[in-house]
Amino acid sequence: MTINTGTAVTTQVYRVYIKATPQAIWDAITKPEWTERYGYGGRSEYDDLRPGGAYRALASDAMKKAGAEMGFPTPEVIVDGEVIEADAPRKLVQTWRMLMDPDIAAEGFTRLTYEIAEGKGGITKLTVTHDVEGAPKLAVMITGELEDTGAGGGWSWVLSDLKSLLETGSPMDPGNPLNQG
Amino acid sequence: MTDDDRVFKALADPTRRFLLDQLFARDGRTLTELESGLEMSRFGVMKHLRILEDAGLVVTRRSGREKLHFLNPVPIRLIHDRWIDKYTERQVSALADLKHELEGETA
Repeated sequence: MTINTGTAVTTQVYRVYIKATPQAIWDAITKPEWTERYGYGGRSEYDDLRPGGAYRALASDAMKKAGAEMGFPTPEVIVDGEVIEADAPRKLVQTWRMLMDPDIAAEGFTRLTYEIAEGKGGITKLTVTHDVEGAPKLAVMITGELEDTGAGGGWSWVLSDLKSLLETGSPMDPGNPLNQG
Repeated sequence: MTDDDRVFKALADPTRRFLLDQLFARDGRTLTELESGLEMSRFGVMKHLRILEDAGLVVTRRSGREKLHFLNPVPIRLIHDRWIDKYTERQVSALADLKHELEGETA
């Protein structure tokens, strides 16, 4: 996690251990029907899990409703990007641009890496490295610092929810409106 | 020891909390940078960093010849979701009830 003070640090690293197979984690990241079930609850689509394949995350109805209540429109596509490297079920590197907020969208594409490593006893290590060089506003959002303003809890929250979903079959907080994709 | 035990144990030390605060203020630091803020031998700092790493609170990455230390907040999030939410929920709803009462609404 990174809060910039002075010297720019532009990489954030998040790691979680999940009792699930690497393939299950890979599917949860790359399959649309899984991506709807945790975190922000938007449906994520990869056109092709090969370099150059387009990526997009779509706004859920709950997000659109929450946006409307707070007085701003929610675009259909809330994150876009492109696959740089895909090595199922071990590594996925992609570009990632948040489009929900015009100021953050203007910061452009960032680089996101998922690394999945099988450990002992059926525990798999998932590491998310988000290189947010040139995207200070996005950097703040993904730490979850703006959670109280309705911006969601960032990567910690998403990964905590993913762990809960894969280990228990349901997300952490089904009552959370953002979870009701 | 469970994952939670490791996190609580790692947090139960002022030096290790100081190291986490250092990384919170600025992430991706080398051992040399981290030890400069502490009156402690390099080995002492390494030992503390190892405990933080074992608890998953610190993740290291190689960058060229340097080993950089990153704060990983996910274990704290998991503790929060598992423990803190559970015990604060009642207080929060009590405050919400009080607010309704003081404002003359029906809760």
